[in-house]
Amino acid sequence: MPALGADMEAGTVLQWLVKPGDAVKRGDIVAVVDTEKATIEVEIFQSGVVEKIVVPEGEKVPVGEVLAIIRADGEAAAPPPAEKPKPAAAPPSPRPAARPPAPPPTGEQAPAPPATKAAAVAPSVEKPKAPPPPARPEHPRLRISPLAMRVALELGVDVSKVKGTGLDGAITRADVERAAKAAAPTPAKVAAPEAAPKPAPVTPPVEAPKAPAPPKPAVSPAERQAMMRKAIAAAMGRSKREIPHYYLSTEIDMSRAMEWLRAGNLKRPVTERLLYAVMLLKAVALAVREVPEMNGFFVEGAFKRSEEIHVGVAISLRTGGLVAPAIHDVDKKSLSEIMVNLRDLVKRVRAGVLRSSEIADATITVTSLGEEGVETVFGIIYPPQVALVGFGKIVERPWAAGGMVGARPVISATLSADHRVSDGHRGALFLAAIARILQEPEKL
Amino acid sequence: MTDDEIKALVLGELKKIAPEAETGGIDPAVDLREQIDLDSMDILNLAIAIHAATGVDIPESDYPEMTTLDRAVAYLRPRIKK
Amino acid sequence: MSAQAKTVRITYREAMRQAIREALQRDPRVFLMGEDVGKYGGCYAVSKGLLEEFGPERIRDTPLSESAFVGAGIGAAMGGMRPIVEIMTVNFSLLALDQIVNNAATILYMSGGQFNIPLVIRMTTGAGRQLAAQHSHSLEGWYAHIPGLKILTPATLEDARGMLWTALEDPDPVLIFENGALYNMEGEMAADAGAVDIDKAAIRRPGTDISLMTYGGTLGKTLEAAAELARAGVNAEVVDLRTLRPLDDATILDSVTRTHRALIVDEGWRSGSISAEISARIMERAFYELDAPVARVCSAEVPIPYAKHLEDAALPQVPAIVEAARAMVGEHG
Repeated sequence: MPALGADMEAGTVLQWLVKPGDAVKRGDIVAVVDTEKATIEVEIFQSGVVEKIVVPEGEKVPVGEVLAIIRADGEAAAPPPAEKPKPAAAPPSPRPAARPPAPPPTGEQAPAPPATKAAAVAPSVEKPKAPPPPARPEHPRLRISPLAMRVALELGVDVSKVKGTGLDGAITRADVERAAKAAAPTPAKVAAPEAAPKPAPVTPPVEAPKAPAPPKPAVSPAERQAMMRKAIAAAMGRSKREIPHYYLSTEIDMSRAMEWLRAGNLKRPVTERLLYAVMLLKAVALAVREVPEMNGFFVEGAFKRSEEIHVGVAISLRTGGLVAPAIHDVDKKSLSEIMVNLRDLVKRVRAGVLRSSEIADATITVTSLGEEGVETVFGIIYPPQVALVGFGKIVERPWAAGGMVGARPVISATLSADHRVSDGHRGALFLAAIARILQEPEKL
Repeated sequence: MTDDEIKALVLGELKKIAPEAETGGIDPAVDLREQIDLDSMDILNLAIAIHAATGVDIPESDYPEMTTLDRAVAYLRPRIKK
Repeated sequence: MSAQAKTVRITYREAMRQAIREALQRDPRVFLMGEDVGKYGGCYAVSKGLLEEFGPERIRDTPLSESAFVGAGIGAAMGGMRPIVEIMTVNFSLLALDQIVNNAATILYMSGGQFNIPLVIRMTTGAGRQLAAQHSHSLEGWYAHIPGLKILTPATLEDARGMLWTALEDPDPVLIFENGALYNMEGEMAADAGAVDIDKAAIRRPGTDISLMTYGGTLGKTLEAAAELARAGVNAEVVDLRTLRPLDDATILDSVTRTHRALIVDEGWRSGSISAEISARIMERAFYELDAPVARVCSAEVPIPYAKHLEDAALPQVPAIVEAARAMVGEHG
């Protein structure tokens, strides 16, 4: 059971979208899980074949519990009769899906700090109550040198498949590099070489199965709301207890941005029109590149900066509560791509179906309450993130520039940041960067 | 298309856009944003859906015409062919 | 052979004597004192002939009281002299521990910066000559624990020749540990060899597969081991620490960052040793560069035995260094 949020303790398996024997690829949605906050589509991080479903539909289990066992490509199937008596324990040879996988070299599922990463069916290392991941009895822990692990992460090598030749069979850098070389020459999307001829395993679609008859939630809407309230209370309480917030605010002249957007939208068909929100998201992501200490996670007493920029978008629910799923790699996407992502995200939030990576991956959050007419937002950081940017409503204001006063559309941008990680000076530079970037909308 | 048909169309699309909203008791004269908390994304999605269903391309400057059910019907009536 | 590259054949003992002689010639404040340094010429014959050359004012035999003559050295240093105090062996220096640790190392601090102690103490360290547990220990790592001291371990002819003058120039107490097994080491040295720096480790042999870190008496054995490893296809780098306090972290970490493996060879005992300190620093600051756990080859945890075969077995030896290194590098480099 993946940790699908900072304070999730347990989840209910609503539906399995795969069955034993199915081939799965990294990124496939394999199950639907109900948490206090939402119905989440759980993605798998490991290509292979479903060996066994451990937790049946309808069962609620704590975070960290093994949900299913995936046999990695190329691994031999477990001998069926030699089934271990303990149901939750993995058979010796298949790789338990609970082992945190190595992140891929590229692709939308970008690596994030391991401590906060909710691997597909992986346990959260933060939860002490979670049972330890099942392990090969002869090797309770992977023997790998720190350097080899680092190189494996860089090269996207799945270390569980690497044979160690170092001290006592430890995996060394040379072993990892050999494995990387042996892997497919195009390591991009294909997670593992499909060397073994398979009985025509139709690659499951990476997209969510379109409305797979939305699984019936295990709880009533009222209960769901109460649970979500509880989850938000826990996360926000923890944030205010642990994170020394500081707040900065600035007003941004949006005249150029709004004019550029209006002119552009005139030319775009209705299906491709942009909302100004995407400009704000992109501006935040680009500003993060200049002030990277806004982007990442504070875990185990230290800031872990994220190379990837996954912007969490706070989306409120009409039924109460909110979620802040991530749009991945916002800094690298065009406004149109971000718009497509945002629309899709809002649609699925409304329908109550999110994916695990979206829930856990955000490295910074943006919230906008302008729609409600609010002018300034002072938000609470979503832990373990370290910054949150709030935008208010765009209002016409007298604005003096070059000795002239004119009416300009103005938006207030606020920064809530973690003082353990950054200081006001850097925060100010960050806000200034957002403001500056928004003055050149054509470059977004 | 009759007014009732247009109304049913808009309501049907709203239901898809905001499945968790209570669309049953909507007052056609009152602002939808107040009644079911529509935001700009929802309005845009409504425009896209209406375009797909009727071929009417609502320019951004006309989005305010979508703010109540009555205004939407009045706006769409002359623009929907036949 | 060109004029610039002119070399002389010399022993470590003779290089050290040249260094002392040069210091006595260059600076009238310099004098040498210790047990038997004058008439007897030094227990290890380092100061042989100096009494005749410089006279009893500057080459002073002392009573057999380490505490007394080290204390006198501290006083002389405070009074403006530049004393070189010779202690026969590191074992005997323990009799002067109070003077070294409680006085020499602290007076600058405790006087609020008013008094420097420009004192140099030379002493013999190490085993391998069947002198048994009274004369054979390697306690330089212990002294490296003490703030206020600098700890030098010359392992080459050049360092024996060049470290003393730089140490005398230092305004604070410097301890020079001369491994007794090195005095008879003979080799070619530049005829014009002179002062050397005392704050950098030196790479005595560049390599790519593993860093062998050592100092003093085990440098020769480690270089020998590296040569043997090369024959087995393992390209080992040998780092001569030279100074144990302050440690040259930059060179140590840089070497590990290039080779990703570190093996420390130390004639001291393993527990609470300088090798433990180096290992900890590598762990603290280069953990993610490591492709194998840091390993150590140290002396057996016994008082150094007298019997030859036992003494040999207790000390780090070439085969043990080679074996440890090969295990770390694995099936191939």
